[in-house]
Amino acid sequence: MSQTSTSPSGRYWPLGQLVLARLREFLREPEAVFWVYGFPILMTVGLGIAFKNRPIDEISVVIVEGPSAKATQDALASSTTSERFDVEVAAPDEARRRLRTGRTDVVVDSSANGSNPSQTNEANGTTRYVYQFDPTRADSVLARKAVDDQLQRAAGRKDPAETELVEINEPGGRYIDFLVPGLLGMSLMGGGLWGVGFVTVDMRVRKLLKRFLATPMKKTDFLMGIMISRMLFMVPEVLALLVFARYAFGVVNHGTTLAVTFLILLGAVTFSGIGLLAASRAKTIEAVSGIMNLVMVPMWIFSGIFFSSERFPGAVQPFIKALPLTPLISSLRAVMLEGMSLAELLTPIAIMTAWSVISFALALRWFRWR
Amino acid sequence: MLAIRCHELVKRYEAKPPVEAVRGLELSVEVGECFGLLGPNGAGKTTTIEIIEGLLEATSGEVEVMGYHWGRQDDDIRQRLGISLQETRLSEKLSVLETLTLFRSFYRRGIEPSEAVARVGLEEKQAAWVKSLSGGQKQRLAVACALVGDPELLCLDEPTTGLDPQSRRQIWEIIRGFRQTGRTVLLTTHYMDEAERLCDRVAIVDAGRVIALGTPAELIASLGGDHVIEFTWASNGSAQQIDAAQFEKLPGVSESRIDEERVTLSVSEPHVALPAVLKKLASLDLELTGLSTRHASLEDVFVKLAGRHLNEDDISQSVTA
Repeated sequence: MSQTSTSPSGRYWPLGQLVLARLREFLREPEAVFWVYGFPILMTVGLGIAFKNRPIDEISVVIVEGPSAKATQDALASSTTSERFDVEVAAPDEARRRLRTGRTDVVVDSSANGSNPSQTNEANGTTRYVYQFDPTRADSVLARKAVDDQLQRAAGRKDPAETELVEINEPGGRYIDFLVPGLLGMSLMGGGLWGVGFVTVDMRVRKLLKRFLATPMKKTDFLMGIMISRMLFMVPEVLALLVFARYAFGVVNHGTTLAVTFLILLGAVTFSGIGLLAASRAKTIEAVSGIMNLVMVPMWIFSGIFFSSERFPGAVQPFIKALPLTPLISSLRAVMLEGMSLAELLTPIAIMTAWSVISFALALRWFRWR
Repeated sequence: MLAIRCHELVKRYEAKPPVEAVRGLELSVEVGECFGLLGPNGAGKTTTIEIIEGLLEATSGEVEVMGYHWGRQDDDIRQRLGISLQETRLSEKLSVLETLTLFRSFYRRGIEPSEAVARVGLEEKQAAWVKSLSGGQKQRLAVACALVGDPELLCLDEPTTGLDPQSRRQIWEIIRGFRQTGRTVLLTTHYMDEAERLCDRVAIVDAGRVIALGTPAELIASLGGDHVIEFTWASNGSAQQIDAAQFEKLPGVSESRIDEERVTLSVSEPHVALPAVLKKLASLDLELTGLSTRHASLEDVFVKLAGRHLNEDDISQSVTA
């Protein structure tokens, strides 16, 4: 009855079977497939719409009601420069409220003048405008400046020097070019942590880890299996983002494909190692979610996904540079935007390698199977 | 030759106060026998079997499994051991055959996954996802996962708890089939009928110790008779002061016990004892509300030794439910 078979490799290769089981489980879960692959694309689309064809900002101006409001409005409408004004007239209270809530950039009060701005003020012989703006908001400061220029010109100011404006909008220097490597890093971090952490803790909750522990399965096979399946899931995820960014926004890689591929792989290994570490002790899904948020939030803030991490003060820079996401994003940007080679990026590569080796080793040591 | 030997096994869980789940447990399981650990919930059965399976570390004491020791020869033991836990949720989106192929891959040698499917009678379900299996089928798959490494020792923790009677019988048949190949089975259960029908020998465990050991027949014989007479009476008269011991002197009665308002007598020859008991009851002028005779069971052995019922929790739950 017992037809025993002995086959150490081939059909019964444990690492292969572990990876295969993960792949099957994943692909048979349509929701998971959507969230892993659909979400990064949706995010890129959303951000792309926000940043792509954005015209030069319209400056939102509110003119306080009054006899000369119409004349002020006409003066702004006669603008010949690239600035465009979105002008509205409102009561003083309403104007202030709009400024306070950020719906308008600047408020112009011309009520000191009569119905004709060219008519001089009786006191000092000039037209008089009062600007209300928020000096802490860049938009507001710029708006005040632009509105003032326009009104001064309309009032008859002559600029002593002649100027010419050349607008530059080349691929590589746009915000979307800066953003895509950041999103790539963020997606590698999120995918690695959630993808590895959730699956691992779920198996622990189901006592499947404990069941595996009672078999001769090698622990390294198991942990490697989880990491390798994560690498495989990552490929289409990353490709979707890069291909979409390439064809929708013309985001191109100025470095070599090899360098970008290497960095993506290293990033994926690093974050699946950290995911494994985050999941190494947690007994519930809630616990691991908390740990992963704790791990990710500092990197969302400091690692320069949406803006350069160098904007933070010098004192915290060593901490920021030691976070695993910072070297990943900065080296991806260095390759994709500046065409740097890997040889020039040894420090960030070393930081990421250290993170992946240390987290995998600690995860293996601390891993709770029960 | 011994398949399992435990000597002075102790497991203490660090807590305030520390909990001693196993307190000096002795156990010897022969190769080729089906051995049952019978006891109520919380007796230490699961802790004991998990120490034997290498999933828990004993606080002190010796454990030998098929002549090997945990900590030194882990892989030797695991290659020869098949287990099922009290509760494992296998991956729902893998098929029966895929699950077994995964488990098969962990062992150097074993049976074909399809053979394991056949042994537990899941041929019709082998391509179905685990999700679609009934509770009994899932449990048979769990046993198949234990069989696929072609083990010498099968350790099953409460393999039939929560299953319907038909599924329980199917599991019993699988275990009997395995035992017939000359291999060893260790199982835990809190069902006395399961221990009686399935096990060659039973250790009754309570509060972390073995309180009785033997074949089911030996254990029942230790009661002094393999039949039981039970009676209850109307408690409105002078009935409260009834002394159960007075029945022990009657012919054929070896032991008596009273709990709540029921007297239980161990009897070797019911046809001799019954008339004497009835006569005695008549002389006491008791109004009987119930009288029954039945075969003695391991439950009676447990009640005699531990002073309470095996599934007291279950009983109180069903009362409150």
